[in-house]
Amino acid sequence: MQSQTTNIMIVGVGGQGTLLTSRIIAKVAVDMGHDVKVSEIHGMAQRGGSVVSQVRFGEKIYSPIIKKGDADIILAFEKLEAARWLDYLKKDGMILINNARVDPLPVMSGKAKYPEDIVDKIKQHVAKTREVNATDIAVACGNARAANVALVGVLSWAIGIPADKVENAIKELVPAKALDINLRAFNEGYKLFS
Amino acid sequence: MKRLMIGNEAIARGAYEAGATVATAYPGTPSTEIVTKFSTYDNVYAEWAPNEKVALEVAAGASIGGARTLVTMKHVGVNVAADPLYTFSYTGVNGGLVIVSADDPGMHSSQNEQDNRGYGKFAKLPVIEPSDSLEAKDFTKLAFDISEKFDTPVMLRITTRLAHSQTLVEEGECLELGIKDYKKDAPKYVMLPGYARGRHVEVEKRMLGLKEFAETTDLNRIEWGDKSLGIITSGVVYQYVKEVLPHVSVLKLGMVNPLPEKLIRSFAQEVDKLIVIEELEPVIEDQIKAWGIKVEGKEHFSLIGEYSPELIEERIAGIQLNPGYGLDKQIPGRPPLMCPGCPHRGVFYTLRKMKLTVMGDIGCYTLGALSPLEGMDACICMGASIGTALGMEKARGEEFAGKLVAVIGDSTFVHSGITALIDVVYNQGTSTVLILDNDTTAMTGHQDHPATGVTITRQETRKLDIEAMVRAIGINNIRVVDPLNLKELETALKEELGRREPSVIIAKRPCALLHKTPIKERFYVDEEKCKGCKLCLKVGCTGIYFIDDDKKAAINPNTCVSCGLCPQVCTFDAIKVVEG
Repeated sequence: MQSQTTNIMIVGVGGQGTLLTSRIIAKVAVDMGHDVKVSEIHGMAQRGGSVVSQVRFGEKIYSPIIKKGDADIILAFEKLEAARWLDYLKKDGMILINNARVDPLPVMSGKAKYPEDIVDKIKQHVAKTREVNATDIAVACGNARAANVALVGVLSWAIGIPADKVENAIKELVPAKALDINLRAFNEGYKLFS
Repeated sequence: MKRLMIGNEAIARGAYEAGATVATAYPGTPSTEIVTKFSTYDNVYAEWAPNEKVALEVAAGASIGGARTLVTMKHVGVNVAADPLYTFSYTGVNGGLVIVSADDPGMHSSQNEQDNRGYGKFAKLPVIEPSDSLEAKDFTKLAFDISEKFDTPVMLRITTRLAHSQTLVEEGECLELGIKDYKKDAPKYVMLPGYARGRHVEVEKRMLGLKEFAETTDLNRIEWGDKSLGIITSGVVYQYVKEVLPHVSVLKLGMVNPLPEKLIRSFAQEVDKLIVIEELEPVIEDQIKAWGIKVEGKEHFSLIGEYSPELIEERIAGIQLNPGYGLDKQIPGRPPLMCPGCPHRGVFYTLRKMKLTVMGDIGCYTLGALSPLEGMDACICMGASIGTALGMEKARGEEFAGKLVAVIGDSTFVHSGITALIDVVYNQGTSTVLILDNDTTAMTGHQDHPATGVTITRQETRKLDIEAMVRAIGINNIRVVDPLNLKELETALKEELGRREPSVIIAKRPCALLHKTPIKERFYVDEEKCKGCKLCLKVGCTGIYFIDDDKKAAINPNTCVSCGLCPQVCTFDAIKVVEG
C-alpha cells in the first residue's frame, strides 16, 4: 500500500505561489483517477512566513499530512526552506531546490546570517538534489512571474506524470491571458532534467 | 463527479444540500471559508455578523422562524456566543440548526487551544466530528436531521487540519424543503424561569434519546482488525491511526457527545488493550474511565498541540521518530511579518519609540508584539484592549494612564470593543484608544464588516460611521490621523495622552493588500548619508535590509511598495526618492 502512494511536499515563503503549484498537481492526480489529499495551513500565508503544502495521491489515502521521512519529493521554492523541511524527505527521495533567496527577518536585521552553502550541505545528505533557476526560465519565456509554473514543470518531470495531463490542468487554473507564457515555462521546466 | 474540497467548503455544500437557507458568522481562522462559500449559492441568505454572539442569535431567530440555519465560528468565538448557546439549547429549534466550532490544536492562528467538545457536555448538545471533507459534507447534512429530530442545536466540531485539508467529495442533490411553519409557542421559546424549568426536563429527556441514538447511528462504527489492540478515536486523528496502524481494531466515533456506552463496552470487551487517541483534552477517555472501563490514553499522548501520524507511530507502535539531518536547526527562523506598506507598522514603531504601555488586541496588528517592533504589553482576546487599559488605569492611577494606550482594529472594535469604550466614559477613565481602521477584517483574509459599508455578497449597505459612534458614546476628543505620517501620529498621541479625559485616535488607512496603489516613486539609500545606524531596521519591513557585513542599508525593489515610512524614520535623510 505504502509503495503505491506518492507524497509530495511543496515548501516556500508566503506569497511565492506554492498554493497554485499544489493545486495543479492535485488536479492532475484527480484527473488520473487517484485518491488524493492535500493539506495546507492558511492564515499566515500572505505574511511572509514559512509555508508548506502537502499533496498525497495513490489508491487509498488516509492521512492528509505526510509523515516525517516519508516525502518522495520535496519542491522548495526557496533555499532556506529546503533545509527547514529536509527531514520530511524519504531516504532515497529527491529534493528540487529553486535557486532563490528570500531573507527572513533575522537576516535582514543582521541578527543572523543567510547560510551561503546551504544547498551544498543538502547535497552532502541527499544524492538526488536538483537545483533549478526558475526565474531565469520564466524570464526567458517572457515573464518572471511564470517561475512557479516552471517549477510545476520540473516537479511533474520528477513525479513522472505526462506533460499533456499537466498542461490541461494549467489551462483550467491559469488565467487565459498569461497562458502562453505559462505553458512555455512549464515545458522548459519539464525538459530541464529529462 | 468527485472533486477536491477543503473541509470548510464541504460543510457549506452539506448545509446547502440539506436545504439550509440562512448562514451567519463572524470570520475566524480556521472557520472563515464556510460562510464565504455558502454565500455563493443561489437562493440563500448569508451574512457577516458583527460578532459570534450576534451570529448565533440571528441563527436562533432564523431557526425559530423555520429555516434550516448554519452558524460558524472559531473555537474562541463559541465563548463569545456561549450565552445564547446554553439557553438556545433549552428552547431547541424549529428549523434545524448546526453550529460549527472550528478548533485549532497547535494554535496555527489562535490565542489558545481550548477543546470545544467540552461544550457538548456543559451545554447539553450533540457533538458531531467528521474526519475528512466527504464526511464533513455528509455529517453536516445528518446534523440537520438530528437537530430537528431531537429538537436541539447540533455542534459540528472540526479542527484546523480538517478545515484546510482537501479531500475528494461527490456533490449530491439539494433538498428543497422550504421553511417550516412558525407557530407562537411561548413555553418553548420564552425562557422565563417558569418556562425554562419545563424546558430543562425536555433537555434531559432529549439527552437520553440521543444516548440511545449514539448506540445505533452509522456515525459511530467499528473497523475490526487485530484484536490485541483497540483504538478509539475521532476526527482527523482517525486518518492518522489508519495510516500508521492499519491492522489494529478501531472504534471510530463520529458523534463524540453523548458517547455510546454500550458500543464502547462491547468494543472494550473484544480487545486485549484499549487506547483512546484524541488531540487536546481527554474528553472520551475520562468518560470511559467514569464508566469503570479499563482504558489508556493521555499516559501516551500530550494534552498540548496537534498530533501527527509519526507521533502515533512512535507512541503506539514504538517506532522511533526519524532523527533527520538536523539542518533545520542551523538556519534562521522565518516569522510572519506585517506586509510591506502595512499601515500598522508605523503605529507600533511610534508606540515603542514613545515607550508607552500598550494593551493590544486580536488582528494582524498583534504581530506588532514581535521583534523588532515589540510594541505591545498584553493581548487577551477579541475586544480586550480597551477594558484591560481601563483596568490598568484604575489599578495604577491616572498618571500611569498618561503613558498607556489601547490599540484595536476596526473589525475588532465593532466585534466587542464598543461596550468597553462605554465603560471608559461611564466610569470616568482617561484612556487613549487607538483604532487602527484599515477598512477590512484583514487577518482572516479581508472580510467586510459593518464599518466597511459592504455586505458578504459585495452589496453596498449603510456604513457604520465609527467616528460618529465614538462621539455618541461620549468621547469628546476624537482625531483622525494617517498612520503612515509618523509626525502626525506622534503629535496626536502626545496631546491625547496629556489629557485627563478619554480620547480616541482613529488611524485610518486601508490594508496594503486590499487597495494596492500604483507605485509612483521609488526610494534608494544614499550611501554617502547612511551611517549604518540600523534605525530603519526597527520598522521590520522586508523592503529594507542590511546584507551580512555591509555597513549600509539597502532597499529591496522587489518587495518595497514605496509607502514612505522608512524615510521618516531615518535621522540622516539617507533614504531618498529616485529622481526622474
